[in-house]
Amino acid sequence: MRSELRTLVEIRNLSKVYSRGQQKLEVLHHIDLDIGASDFVALMGPSGSGKTTLLNLIGGLDSPTDGTIAVGGEHIERLGEDALAKWRAANVGFVFQFYNLLPMLTARRNVELPLLLTRLSAAERRRKAAIALELVSLTERAEHKPSELSGGQQQRVAIARAIVSDPQLLVCDEPTGDLDRQSAAEVLTLMQDLNRDHGKTIVMVTHDPKAAEFAHRTLHLDKGTLVDSPEQSAA
Amino acid sequence: MKYLHLIWAALLRRKARTVFTILSVLTAFLLFGLLDTVRTAFNNVGGNVSGADRLVTVSKISFTMALPMSLNTRIQAVPGVAAVSYANWFGGQYQDGRDFFPSQAVAKNFFDLYPEWQMPAAQRKAFRDTRTGAVVGENLAKRMGWKIGDKIPLQATIFPQKGGSNTWVFDLVGIYHVSNPEQRGNENNFWFNYDYFDEARQFGQGSVGRYAIKLTDPKQATAVEQAIDALSADSDHETKTETEQAFTAALVGQFADIGLIVGSIMGAVFFTLVLLTGNTMAQAVRERIPELAVLKTIGFSRRSVLTLVLAEAVLLLAIGASIGLFLAGIAAAAVQTQIGTQLVLPPVGATEWLRGLALAAVIGIIVGFLPARRGMRLRIVDALSGR
Repeated sequence: MRSELRTLVEIRNLSKVYSRGQQKLEVLHHIDLDIGASDFVALMGPSGSGKTTLLNLIGGLDSPTDGTIAVGGEHIERLGEDALAKWRAANVGFVFQFYNLLPMLTARRNVELPLLLTRLSAAERRRKAAIALELVSLTERAEHKPSELSGGQQQRVAIARAIVSDPQLLVCDEPTGDLDRQSAAEVLTLMQDLNRDHGKTIVMVTHDPKAAEFAHRTLHLDKGTLVDSPEQSAA
Repeated sequence: MKYLHLIWAALLRRKARTVFTILSVLTAFLLFGLLDTVRTAFNNVGGNVSGADRLVTVSKISFTMALPMSLNTRIQAVPGVAAVSYANWFGGQYQDGRDFFPSQAVAKNFFDLYPEWQMPAAQRKAFRDTRTGAVVGENLAKRMGWKIGDKIPLQATIFPQKGGSNTWVFDLVGIYHVSNPEQRGNENNFWFNYDYFDEARQFGQGSVGRYAIKLTDPKQATAVEQAIDALSADSDHETKTETEQAFTAALVGQFADIGLIVGSIMGAVFFTLVLLTGNTMAQAVRERIPELAVLKTIGFSRRSVLTLVLAEAVLLLAIGASIGLFLAGIAAAAVQTQIGTQLVLPPVGATEWLRGLALAAVIGIIVGFLPARRGMRLRIVDALSGR
């Protein structure tokens, strides 16, 4: 059924090489990958396998050394830094392992951050932030600062911030890595709802097989290459 | 404006550090406001005299050198001169000399050249008619507790009397008031009858320290100056004639280059401030690298990040500068109360505020630039992974 989805992310021959002085470190090696719209993909693999690098490239946070990445038909590898920033603001929501909320701002203000880049009025920004917080069941905590929220609540605020400008694509780097089992399940269920009910395409890096079970499919990376199974990945 | 809460939040991230930095900025700008006021006050000593229609003639060599009395009638004859008077520095001390005020011997018509000094006609006449008569400004009279009819003894520091006594006793016959607050420093002078002085002094008879000249038309000032100085050309008492403003400004300038002193102090203060706030801003941005990376991740452009950090630095400086300038206004008023009208400190007004805030903005941009550039250039993936 998933193969029938329109392709949102199209990756071809993608390579990423980091230079450390004279040394060249090839982190991703000729990756080809399609991710359909409204897909929910888990990326797994051992540390250093290139999961986060691939996620960063899909989210437009980094540029490939070689190959192409088209998201919604836009070849983001061709965009300059400022154009890429604009593209991210309009098309991608980010969720990080450690939430990365601004500690001095309330939950509502954190959620409003991406909307500052739009032409929306303050009232409209406030309204949209309220809707996003309601979606993650944190309306009551809107005026609380991150330090006054639990880890699970902070991650839900981060998800609200990721979806507030209604991007098609959510990239999530270990979103449950810092959470207890129950909070992790809540966050994953929320992501599943966003995927199922709101059609968000989600690419999630995780080490946790239970978290990966929430995704439609799991991709395994090993030494910068996509492999077919976790056994291959472990080997 | 929609980013203001972001900038404000960044400043409040470390409240104690922000408060101490603002205190440093505040202190610098308090000093700036006060010293700028003092500098302006000294500049105004020359500029605020209302003698656009008055000239002063002194010796070309030094204003401490005497000029012959014979010049009086010759200057009077110069076309464009309406009236001539003269004065001689006395430099007397009152009591133990701790409370200094200028004292000068002046011609009987001296006050006719200063109509802006308000004194009852009867007192003007009394000065003309009283050989030992003296006239003081209202502020000096108040400061010393003098009233009309008092006998005031001054100790000579330059001119003893013929009998060898250094004590000169004067009768206070007039007290004048200056209504223009910027010229009220003139109320600190002690004037007495030149004829008495010239007759009784041990040496120097027939000479004066300076001539005061009233013009018929201020526009002729340059021509009259040249004509007066031509009277003594190639003599042993060559003169230098200039407007009263120029003379007073030059006189003040001989004591000290206030502009240079103030500029040097402020230069040192602001240099230290740049180092201090620069370090604070660098530290503040270093701590917030992951947060700036998040902003860039969600789509803030390089320029937006640069502007946010610069605005933070400028806001920090502007807050400190505003409080400092406000306090400088209060402090200047308090200092004015203490020093009376010996030096008229102008209020910390719009010019000082504009200059101060512009300076704060420039310092803000200077100290914010390097941290802002660092924020602008950061690589998101490195910053998020703590590299």
